[in-house]
Amino acid sequence: MAFDYDKYIRPGKLPHIWCPGCGHGIVMKGLIRAIDTVGLDTKNTAIVSGIGCASRLPGYMDCCTLHTAHGRAAAFATGVKMAKPEMDVILVGGDGDGTAIGGNHFIHACRRNINMTYIILNNKIYGMTGGQFSPATPTGAKASTTPYGNPDPAFDIAKLAIGAGATFVARGTSFHANQIDKLIAEAIQHKGFSVVEILDDCPTTYGRRNKFKSVIEMMNHLKDIAVPVKAAEKMSPEQLEGKILTGVLFKEERPEYTSEYAKLIERAKAAK
Amino acid sequence: MEKKLPTIEIIEKYCKGCHICVEFCPTKVLEMQGFVAAVKNLDACIKCMQCELRCPDFAIKVTP
Ligand SMILES: Cc1ncc(C[n+]2csc(CCOP(=O)(O)OP(=O)(O)O)c2C)c(N)n1
Ligand code: SF4
Ligand code: SF4
Ligand code: SF4
Ligand SMILES: [Mg+2]
Repeated sequence: MAFDYDKYIRPGKLPHIWCPGCGHGIVMKGLIRAIDTVGLDTKNTAIVSGIGCASRLPGYMDCCTLHTAHGRAAAFATGVKMAKPEMDVILVGGDGDGTAIGGNHFIHACRRNINMTYIILNNKIYGMTGGQFSPATPTGAKASTTPYGNPDPAFDIAKLAIGAGATFVARGTSFHANQIDKLIAEAIQHKGFSVVEILDDCPTTYGRRNKFKSVIEMMNHLKDIAVPVKAAEKMSPEQLEGKILTGVLFKEERPEYTSEYAKLIERAKAAK
Repeated sequence: MEKKLPTIEIIEKYCKGCHICVEFCPTKVLEMQGFVAAVKNLDACIKCMQCELRCPDFAIKVTP
């Protein structure tokens, strides 16, 4: 049988609002397959987002969902997880939402190592508002606010997550659709703060300005630049020039925040 | 023995005509008919599921 996505989608919500070819739909399908693989109970799963095209995703999901303020998914999600540590909490959002206005919340969620999974849909642009540059826009790329090319260097979001203390960090692309669910499933099963960055495409506000004739060219580009971590081990720095590593980039075990907090509560009670 | 052909369903009201399924099908089973995707050569389908996986719009279902 074809995979039954409908089971996880709120009735009557399709077609979604995303533009033709927008990678966000491909990532949403990956998330649904991951939820299915892990066997999460949708009634006990919270999907939390900020604002942006990417952040519209939870609205389609037949789970417990929370669409919050721009950049604040991590703050709201932390509240949910602290109040109900038994819930599975998944955050979804864009590069702008998560690394510009929400950058602060992002790094501190990583630092705390709270047991949640954060999926960042990185299309390198503020799609929803018409294509302003984001902290993930490559140097030289055109955005509505950088008509002569972006002078800023871009964040490497996965490296930022590792540096800030996330204990599971993976990267995929919307071209490599059959890998997305596997990365997200592993992230969900990891105990600690997990970040999955998916490089995806915004043909409408990024592609056109940056000389991609179609979404097909954008996907072919993702195919060309992606190198699985294992394959990269055998490649020289010259061969890796301009490439992006994909797969599980980092994984470690470290005390998890809600468990540590529960211990703190016990200590406080005992001290009374 | 005759090989079992898959069923490919295209939900036209969801399809946004992005061409992704058509371009990346390894055996050129699909084509665009106007604004929506359509099956051109079912015989050639190798049931790799790539079209279903990559369709951003939940518009194509392959039952092998
Ligand atoms: C406080 C606040 N500032 C600015 C905005 C305008 N705004 C809405 S979405 C967005 C950027 C979204 O970009 P991203 O998170 O990358 O998502 P995408 O649309 O690219 O998927 C901005 C700046 C807002 N909604 N709220
Ligand atoms: S503007 Fe870009 S990110 Fe937003 S729905 Fe369209 S293609 Fe997707
Ligand atoms: S399953 Fe594979 S071979 Fe068959 S139509 Fe889809 S992409 Fe083409
Ligand atoms: S990938 Fe989906 S939306 Fe795009 S043309 Fe094919 S069926 Fe239509
Ligand atoms: Mg974006």
